[in-house]
Amino acid sequence: MHKKKCMAMLLAGGQGSRLGILTQKIAKPAVPFGGKFRIIDFTLSNCYNSGIDTVGVLTQYKPLALNSYIGIGSAWDLDRQHGGVFVLPPYVKEQGGEWYKGTADAICQNLNFIDRFNPENVLILSGDHIYKMDYSLMLEYHVTKEADATIAVIEVPWEETSRFGIMNTDAEKRIVEFEEKPKEAKSNLASMGIYIFNWKALRRQLLEDEANPASSHDFGKDVIPKMLRENMKMVAYPFSGYWKDVGTVESYWEANMDLLDEDSALRLYDRSWRIYSVNPPRPPHYMAAGSRVKNSIVSEGCMVFGEVENSIIFPDVYIGKGVKIKNSIIMAGVHIEDQVSIDKVIVGRKTLVRTGAQIGAPCQDGRQEILVVSGDIIVPAHSQVTANLSTGRSSSEEEDDDLNAGGSMPVKMAPNEIVKMPPQHLKIVKKPGLPVEHRTNKDGGSGGEKQ
Amino acid sequence: MMDMMGIINMNEAEDYLGDITRVRPLAAVPYGGRYRLVDFTLSNMVNSGIDNVGIFIQHKYRSLMDHLRSGKEWDLARKRDGLFILPPAYSKLPMQMHRGDVENLYANLDYISQSRQKYVVISGANMICNFDFREVLEFHKRTGADITAMYGEADCDAADCSKSHVLETDAEGRVTDIREFEAIKGCRKMAMEVFVMEKALLVEMINECISRGDYDFIKHCVIKNCQRLKIFGFHHPGYVGRIISLQSYFQHSMALLQPAIWRELFFKSGLVYTKVKDEPPSKYGATADVSNSLVAGGCHLEGRVENSILFRGVKVHKGAYVKNSIIMQQGVIEAGVVLDNVICDKSVRVTAGKQLKGESNYPLVIKKGRVI
Repeated sequence: MHKKKCMAMLLAGGQGSRLGILTQKIAKPAVPFGGKFRIIDFTLSNCYNSGIDTVGVLTQYKPLALNSYIGIGSAWDLDRQHGGVFVLPPYVKEQGGEWYKGTADAICQNLNFIDRFNPENVLILSGDHIYKMDYSLMLEYHVTKEADATIAVIEVPWEETSRFGIMNTDAEKRIVEFEEKPKEAKSNLASMGIYIFNWKALRRQLLEDEANPASSHDFGKDVIPKMLRENMKMVAYPFSGYWKDVGTVESYWEANMDLLDEDSALRLYDRSWRIYSVNPPRPPHYMAAGSRVKNSIVSEGCMVFGEVENSIIFPDVYIGKGVKIKNSIIMAGVHIEDQVSIDKVIVGRKTLVRTGAQIGAPCQDGRQEILVVSGDIIVPAHSQVTANLSTGRSSSEEEDDDLNAGGSMPVKMAPNEIVKMPPQHLKIVKKPGLPVEHRTNKDGGSGGEKQ
Repeated sequence: MMDMMGIINMNEAEDYLGDITRVRPLAAVPYGGRYRLVDFTLSNMVNSGIDNVGIFIQHKYRSLMDHLRSGKEWDLARKRDGLFILPPAYSKLPMQMHRGDVENLYANLDYISQSRQKYVVISGANMICNFDFREVLEFHKRTGADITAMYGEADCDAADCSKSHVLETDAEGRVTDIREFEAIKGCRKMAMEVFVMEKALLVEMINECISRGDYDFIKHCVIKNCQRLKIFGFHHPGYVGRIISLQSYFQHSMALLQPAIWRELFFKSGLVYTKVKDEPPSKYGATADVSNSLVAGGCHLEGRVENSILFRGVKVHKGAYVKNSIIMQQGVIEAGVVLDNVICDKSVRVTAGKQLKGESNYPLVIKKGRVI
């Protein structure tokens, strides 16, 4: 087969447990973002825009929505004759199968897949970052430097260095030392989790790492330190621009709110570097007389009668009269009846908020917590919700992708069509002041192991 | 499996919508914020289970080809059947002059007769409605009609009716009269120009027309056969927007600002598909003031918008005031501009401070790509 200069492997199997309710039913890369996207759209669009036409997507945790969303990759023009997108879940071999034990193991288990394309270089990506990056420039840099591995780095504020993997480099940008979450950092160049490896070099490293029982089979913890010890040529590729790891509810919320910034560095509206996604066929949204929408993003298929400020509204959302939504993220198919107020809340898809409900954490010391209301539930009329709200069901079920299915009525146009949840699954504070049980489902139940 | 094929037939005068149809066929006229007129008929067919659709095109069809491409967005990029775009094939005609749609049908008779389906629905491309063809086919079979003609309610005294066909039916629903360019007093049955019949009958009628030198489908195949064939009228009770003039285009566009009509036309018996543009969602700035309007994706709004329809990628700057207007794709309305009853075709830029005004029964049309 024709030799590929570079192909990409996208790690999309992580559970993203720090996203709590948001990843209760779907894998983190499939979490909706920015009004119409899913987190993985950014990485896949970067691949397409950078001219990378072969992408393996490694899935593991709750892959249904992610798999059906990616499909054959046509949304990103990745349905190709030679290459294209491949979804790669763990599978059973003759000697039995196992879950991906770590990021390096995930790649190692797909060695044959990569060999099939005989690439010179392999680009390793993760599916949970929001950024626009031209990988072809990084590849050029990697080739010019004749490196075995190139790691994309970004300058982070010095006070945050302890949260990242920090690269210490020499004047030639050659990496001399790698410190995972250092207390006293010597540099503020943080690894973005984007690597280009020479495939021959990486292949050997992966096989050696696989044979090492002491290894946790992780790129950051095992493979990269080992390559450094062996004095292989590893260089840092400095990236400047918007980049955000949306690993926590706070950073997810912030990244969404960043889109509202007039001079947002992400440049979402830059037509030369579009972010592609699966486009559900929906009509333009309708703004009724008397609606007021300020500093917000609104998607197609919505009907807005109330007020919206500093918020992100996904498709097919109905916002009734007298509603006040502030600083919030409202996901697809949510139906909000009249006189509801919502402040700093992430409302999951297809939730019905009944008349007069108030959702929002109380302000403490001028700071307000972000609340998450999970999808597919009913928030009762005139209730006051001051804590996270989830169905409390075991997370054995997965979210499907029905919003993108064509040919049918949009889900839940009328409130009576919403599936009612048994009341015991709702944790509602009817009156402020009652003890509140937080249900964030941090442990995620019976999902697969973290990648 | 639906045993019916669809034919979208474009037989239209060029000047229907003035400047808007000067650059494109009626079927490709942008409508409703992100659609082209043909999307409605095409989506209705697809949502009814029809998976073999032939589009007979006549002139200036580049924009339509660009819109439809492989038919993938309508799920019509198929191995078997799917979307067929059939340009006029003049060489097959006995005479060189192209006079009417039957000649076009005749030129592509092979496609029609070789299709596997027993029934055929033949429709124009300028009808805004949302319904299921399955009901019409069932009606057709039940009544044992030779031809079923769909009609909607309309006020036939309106000026627009002059370009329509009106029909009269007897008590059983059989069509007794169809007339063109003339309102039948008191008649409210406007033909939707959608006809269901067996394919064999269509082929027979086309051959007969050609052999006699006739060329107009409705005139020579339907009206002429009104007595000889059993033609039944099928009443579509829902919203019917027939776009045949600038006035009807403007009126039926603005009708979308009524939530009930918005819901019916976009969701009732299926979704309406169109070419995907991958626009990000629309952004409302701190000074945006938008009311009773339809806003498609990729817009950037800072100004005031009222009773208007904004297509994909429109920018309304701070201090601009757009009311009762339609701004098509990629339009830019700069600061201090006031628009009232204006239709801006694609990629129009209205520079700062301009004031443009049309009338509600005579909107001002700005040609595609103009900078004012």
